[in-house]
Amino acid sequence: MQHGKYRFIVGFLAVPLGLYALFVIWPFIQSIYYSFTDWTGLSPDFTMVGFANYERMLDDDIFWKSLQHSLLFALLLPVVTIGLALFFAFMINVGGRRRRGGPVISGVRGSAFYKIVYFFPQVLSIAIVALLFAFAYNPDSGAINSVLRAVGLDGVQPLWLGDPDLALWAVMAVLVWSTVGFFVVLFSAGMASIPAELYEAALLDGANRVTTFFRVTLPLLWDTVQSGWVYMGILALGAESFAVVQIMTTGPGGPDYSTTVLVLYVYQKAFRDGQAAYATTIGVALLVVTLAFAAVVMRLGRRERLEY
Amino acid sequence: MKTTETPPPVPAEPGAVLTKTDVPADAAPKEKKEGTVLNVFSHGILVIWAIMVVMPLVWAVMTSFKDDASIFGSPWSLPDKLHFDNWSRAWTQAHMSDYFLNTVLVVGGSLIGTLVLGSMAAYVLARFDFPGNRFIYYLFIGGMSFPIMLALVPLFYVVNNMGLLNTIHGLILVYIAYSLPFTVFFLTAFFRTLPSSVAEAAFVDGASHTRTFFQIMLPMAKPGLISVGIFNFLGQWNQYMLPTVLNTDEDKHVLTQGLVQLAVSQGYKGDWSGLFAGLVMAMLPVLAAYIVFQRQVVQGLTAGALK
Repeated sequence: MQHGKYRFIVGFLAVPLGLYALFVIWPFIQSIYYSFTDWTGLSPDFTMVGFANYERMLDDDIFWKSLQHSLLFALLLPVVTIGLALFFAFMINVGGRRRRGGPVISGVRGSAFYKIVYFFPQVLSIAIVALLFAFAYNPDSGAINSVLRAVGLDGVQPLWLGDPDLALWAVMAVLVWSTVGFFVVLFSAGMASIPAELYEAALLDGANRVTTFFRVTLPLLWDTVQSGWVYMGILALGAESFAVVQIMTTGPGGPDYSTTVLVLYVYQKAFRDGQAAYATTIGVALLVVTLAFAAVVMRLGRRERLEY
Repeated sequence: MKTTETPPPVPAEPGAVLTKTDVPADAAPKEKKEGTVLNVFSHGILVIWAIMVVMPLVWAVMTSFKDDASIFGSPWSLPDKLHFDNWSRAWTQAHMSDYFLNTVLVVGGSLIGTLVLGSMAAYVLARFDFPGNRFIYYLFIGGMSFPIMLALVPLFYVVNNMGLLNTIHGLILVYIAYSLPFTVFFLTAFFRTLPSSVAEAAFVDGASHTRTFFQIMLPMAKPGLISVGIFNFLGQWNQYMLPTVLNTDEDKHVLTQGLVQLAVSQGYKGDWSGLFAGLVMAMLPVLAAYIVFQRQVVQGLTAGALK
C-alpha cells in the first residue's frame, strides 16, 4: 500500500489540520504571548510588559474571588453530581425488589422510564436551562417561591439570585440539575455490563446492598467514574459555568461579585473592558487550573484495573 | 459492498443480562423486610427526582400559554384559555423564525463539515504510519481539555481580520474547528476496530486510497458516524459561548443567543408570555427528537466516555 501514500496522507490531513491550527492552536499560542503585553484589543498597537499582568492579577481581589468560585465549581459539582448519579443508577439497576423466581438482581419497576426522563436536561441547551431557572428563581413570581408559598412556607421567600450568600448555590444547583441525568445513563450502561455472577456471589456471602455497592459495583465502574469526573470538572470550569453565570446572575457575576467565575472574568475583561492582554493572563490561570485538575484526578484515581 | 454492520455495544437492558440465572429468592425474613423498606425508599427518591426534572419543563409549557397578568399573579395556575397568540408573537415579532433559520444553516453546514473533515483526519491517523502521526493525534486530543475561552480572545481578532466576523460561514468554520478534537478522537478509535482486509482487497483491485476511503471505509464506519454525528449535532445546536463572542450582529443570532437577547429586551417591553413561548419553541423540537431517537441519542452522547 505504498503507491501514492504520502500524497494521500497530506491531501486528507491538510484541510482539517489547517482549520484546526488556524482557529484553535494558533489562538492558544497567541493568547499566551499576549499575556506578556499591554494589548487592549481595541487598537493593533502593543508593547511587551513582561510579568506586569501577572503581578496585577495577584493583587486583583476579583480574580481571587473568581478563582475561588471556579475551584469550588470544579471540586464540589463533580462530587455532588456523580454521587447523586451513582445513587440513582444503582437504585434503577440493582435496587429492585427481589421477586420469587425472578432474577437475583433486578432494576426497579419502570427503570427505562426513569432513564428517559432523567436524560431530558442533557439534550437542552444550557442557555435555555439557565433562562428557565432565572425565571423560576424570581422571588415574586417565580415557580420556586410560589411552591414554597403553596406548601405554607410563606416566611421562607429567599431572594435566590439576588442574595449574595445564596446566588452561587442557586447557580450550582442548576448545573447539577442539568448534568445528573447524563451520568445516570452513563453509569447504568456500565452497571449493565457487570456480570450477574458477581452479585450472586456477594449475596451468597450475605452482603447487603450498601456493601454490594461499595465492594462490587463501584470498583468495577471506577474507570467510567474517573473519566466522568474529569469531563464534569472541565465543563464546570469552562463553557457550562460561563453560560449559567452570564445568563442568570445580575451583573453578570453579581450581586457583589458573589458568583463570578474565571471564565466569565476573562470574557468581561476582553470584550467589555477592552483589556485583552489582561484577559489572556486570567485565561492562562484558568488553563493552569484546568490542567492541574485533570492531572490530580487522574493521579488520585489511579488503581489497578479490574478485569471481569 | 455491504459488510456486516458492527454497531458499538448496545447498553443492554439491565434485566436482559441478569435473567440467565434463576436462583429462588428465599431469603431470610429479616432480609426481606430490609428489601421492602429499601425498595420504598429508593422508589420514593427516584420519583422525587423525576418530578424535579419534569416540573420546570411543564411549568414553562404552561406559562407559554398564559397572559402576562396570570404569569405574575399565580405562577402555577393552569392557563384560563390557551393563548396561542403568544406563540405567533414570538415566532414573527420576536424573530424566533429568523433565529431558527440561522441555527439550521449554521448547524447544518458545521455538522456536514465536521463529519467529512473529522473522518478524513481520523482515517489517516488510524490507518497509516508516517512520521508525526502520534504528534498530530495528540494535538487534536489536547483540544478537548483546554479552556476554549482562552483562545476566544485572540480568535475574535483572527476571525475579524479575515472578514468572517458576524457571518454564517465564519461561524460554521469555527464550529467545525472546535468540534474536531472529539470527532477525531472518537472516529480514530472507531476506524481502528474496522477490519483491514476489505480495504486491502479493494486496493489490490486497483482502487485508489481516496476511492477506498469514500466507497468502502466510510460506509463501514456508518454506526460510528451516526454516534458522533448526534453528539456534534446537539453540541452545535445548543452552543452558546462561541456565538456569544463571535456573532454579535443581531440579524445573525442563533437560537440560544436570540432567546437570551429576547429575555434582556423583554425586561423593558414586559412581554414575558412571548418569551416563554419562544423558550418552549426552542425546547420542544429537541425533546421530541430525543424521545423518538432515544437509543441513538443516548449512545451518541455516552459513547466517548465509555471508551
